[in-house]
Amino acid sequence: MARLGMVIDTRRCVGCMDCVVACKTENQTPDGMNRDWITYATRGRFPDLSMTIRSERCNHCDNPPCVTCCPTGASHVHEWGGIVLVTKEECIGCKACLASCPYDARYVHPDGYADKCTFCVHRVEKGQDPACVSVCPTHCMHFGDLDLPESGVSRLLASRRHHAVLPEAGTKPRIFYLE
Amino acid sequence: MNQVSRRRFLKITGAGAGVAAATGTLGSLPIRGASKGTVERGIRTVPTFCDLCFWKCNAIATVKDGVLWKIEGNPDDPLSRGRLCPRGTGGVGAHFDTDRLRAPLLRASVRGEEKWTEVTWDEALSHVALKMRKIEAEHGPEAVALFSHGIGGNFLKHTLKAFGSPNAAAPSFAQCRGPRDVGFELTFGEPIGSPERTDIRNARCLVLVGSHLGENMHNTQVQEFADAVGAGATVIVADPRFSIAASKAKHYLPVKPGTDLALLLAWMNVIVREGLYDREYVAAHGFGFEAFAAEIQPFTPEWAYPETGIEPDVVRETAREMARHRPATLVHPGRHATWYGDDAQRGRAIALLNALLGSWGRKGGFYQQASMNVPAYPYPPYPKPEKGKVDNPDQRFPFASEAITTGIREATLTGKPYPVKGWIVYATNLVQALPNEAETIAAIQALDLLVVVDVVGSEIAGWADVVLPEATYLERYDDLNVELFRDPFVALRQPVVEPTADQKPNWWIARELAVKLGLEAFYPWKTVEEYLDHRLRGAGLSLATLQKKGLVTAPRPPIYYEEGVKPEFSTPSKKIEFYSVQLQEKGFDPVPKFKRPAAGPPGSFRLLFGRSPVHTFSRTQTNPVLAQAMGENEVWVNADSAVRLGVRTGDRVRLRNQDGVVSNPIKVKATQAIRPDCVYMVHGFGHTAKGLRRALGKGASDAALITRYETDPLMGGTGMNVNFVTLEREA
Repeated sequence: MARLGMVIDTRRCVGCMDCVVACKTENQTPDGMNRDWITYATRGRFPDLSMTIRSERCNHCDNPPCVTCCPTGASHVHEWGGIVLVTKEECIGCKACLASCPYDARYVHPDGYADKCTFCVHRVEKGQDPACVSVCPTHCMHFGDLDLPESGVSRLLASRRHHAVLPEAGTKPRIFYLE
Repeated sequence: MNQVSRRRFLKITGAGAGVAAATGTLGSLPIRGASKGTVERGIRTVPTFCDLCFWKCNAIATVKDGVLWKIEGNPDDPLSRGRLCPRGTGGVGAHFDTDRLRAPLLRASVRGEEKWTEVTWDEALSHVALKMRKIEAEHGPEAVALFSHGIGGNFLKHTLKAFGSPNAAAPSFAQCRGPRDVGFELTFGEPIGSPERTDIRNARCLVLVGSHLGENMHNTQVQEFADAVGAGATVIVADPRFSIAASKAKHYLPVKPGTDLALLLAWMNVIVREGLYDREYVAAHGFGFEAFAAEIQPFTPEWAYPETGIEPDVVRETAREMARHRPATLVHPGRHATWYGDDAQRGRAIALLNALLGSWGRKGGFYQQASMNVPAYPYPPYPKPEKGKVDNPDQRFPFASEAITTGIREATLTGKPYPVKGWIVYATNLVQALPNEAETIAAIQALDLLVVVDVVGSEIAGWADVVLPEATYLERYDDLNVELFRDPFVALRQPVVEPTADQKPNWWIARELAVKLGLEAFYPWKTVEEYLDHRLRGAGLSLATLQKKGLVTAPRPPIYYEEGVKPEFSTPSKKIEFYSVQLQEKGFDPVPKFKRPAAGPPGSFRLLFGRSPVHTFSRTQTNPVLAQAMGENEVWVNADSAVRLGVRTGDRVRLRNQDGVVSNPIKVKATQAIRPDCVYMVHGFGHTAKGLRRALGKGASDAALITRYETDPLMGGTGMNVNFVTLEREA
């Protein structure tokens, strides 16, 4: 069984939001609601500054609190790839998962169910990259099997310093940022 | 013109009654694009090229069950390499935009009130033709001018030339890239062009002077910037603002606004004084190097320091770094270069620095572009205008290599050298594109006819007498893109879906107008397909091939001197002109000199503006997808200045400029990432046109605050970074 994850090269990323726009058109998310977003953090005092730009989304955690807290089983781990998904027909909109997510990755869809990044499972099943990865003009995003040592993502992680967001939350996130 | 009975008064997009207002998801929009009466099922893809900016990336649009779904890059495309920028990806929103113009409109009240009568195309075009003929009878055909932006203007240009006017201009020259192109023409004999001939991906050292790649989202440029950064190239950025590009830089130089030319002179001083330049290259190709060296001799880093605020050691270190990587050191010429009125000389200084580094014509510097040979359509010869172009009388700006928009505006205002009485404006919002809105509006009030052809009713449309709604790029054919680039190709734009209402493609508008003017002989073709196929057959291709593939590429010819390109310079000396005799003869500095820009009133901030990666000019703010990515702009204020002024991030302020013009309310972004002597905002917001409902009143317009401009004496460009503002807290 694969363990799908993302590796994002913050050196190449310019924070252009193409990933955000591509997700919106690919997945037709409701107005004003996004499954991915960009964070910009500037540190220092002018002119001695540094900036970190990150394209963020659901981390498809190995230890997903949104799944363990779900009272109906709507939030679940997909059998292939370990993608965290929501079965909208089973979701009662209780928002427990929204509260449990340290990444604030979920929103309630106007139709009443919890919604979030699916790693574009409909594309991944066809052998394509998620929309955000395939659109990125800076080629800063990589997607693949973290358990496969020869995968592109594994080799990148082996070769470069990297970090995840809020590892201290203990959810074992699967999106990594190259420094 | 007598069908008053069926006319209705309406706001500019008020004809939307009966059309589903697209609230909620994009996916909930009504099915369109299917042929009438049947419902299209399944998925189809259509190759075309993008129009969200002028880069013209090749794309593949996907239609699902008859509804436009998404647009992705065409993998065969040398420009996008299969990946569009966020604007291109968000291009679907251009089709679904509920603020689109829907039917031809005639003005029904005084100019600028935005009250309209909806008319048929026949009425609208008959009205325009009648007015044009009247202007011609009174003032000659030259009194009708065209302002146009992008490839979509080609057919209207043709109609205008057939009518007998030589006056067509685009803001892309005198309000944008003109100065840098003139600076390079004066030095190397050739402009930079668009797409820029910059070999960013092979650069080992990239120098950006105020150019904010990454925010300025020209796809190929940004892709290659990421490639260069990823490959470990040294990036040097001089900018008053800590831009995205600056965050990738090894050296960030927080240069004082308006002093870039002093910095460039100091860099050249170091490179010459320390003998770091490419001696062989300069000896082989240079003209007037000794005189140039003598001219820049006083401009030491110590001389520049009080002007620029950049430490002399930093200037030396960065100059040496540039020399270390030459010739693969690219000092980027920038694009929007109309800043201070001495911009062509600044462009020339950038050209000269590149010349010292030997990067022109070399890998990692500037390559030689190529294009395919696709013959023009064999039209009958145009009538020869009796009068010359109106925009630059007596060659007042001797080195202007394209028409000057603001020159046409001035002629319209003064009637000199001859009157201009009609404007046709295609796809450019002149109210925000030209500096000093009041001058633009005064010129409009002097017109007998203002026709605006566009997809949304922006501010310029609000002032029009006739508004003609154009089909978006996703719904029309346009002229072929015969690209001048590293890899030559020819590309087709073709309809993906049907227009959403009574909008028409520009080729149809231009042709029908010509027919109404009795100029049908200039349109031997009936449909644009005929025209396109004829041109393509001249290149041994066919429309059918392009319809299927979107583009056809040709093998890449040699593009560097290293590959056998012959160094040729179409300057007067046939060399790279370190010293310019032609400038000297016209009374200008033969080698650029720095002049300190005027300071603003005490306590004011210099107003700077730039780009967002998700918007183009003032044209995309109503796009429902892109508006979600960025719905309003912010004013960047240095965090320490903000504390002093008592404003915080998120507070709303109004900006008051030196002439008392006050902006819309705009949110403050208090940040360390900008100098304390300037403020910055993204251009294109603060719309006032009632038709732009989604964007109306969101953010502030830098353009409205640009009441002053410094005209470049070499080429007529309008330097716009010469305005100053104070902040007033909004209650």
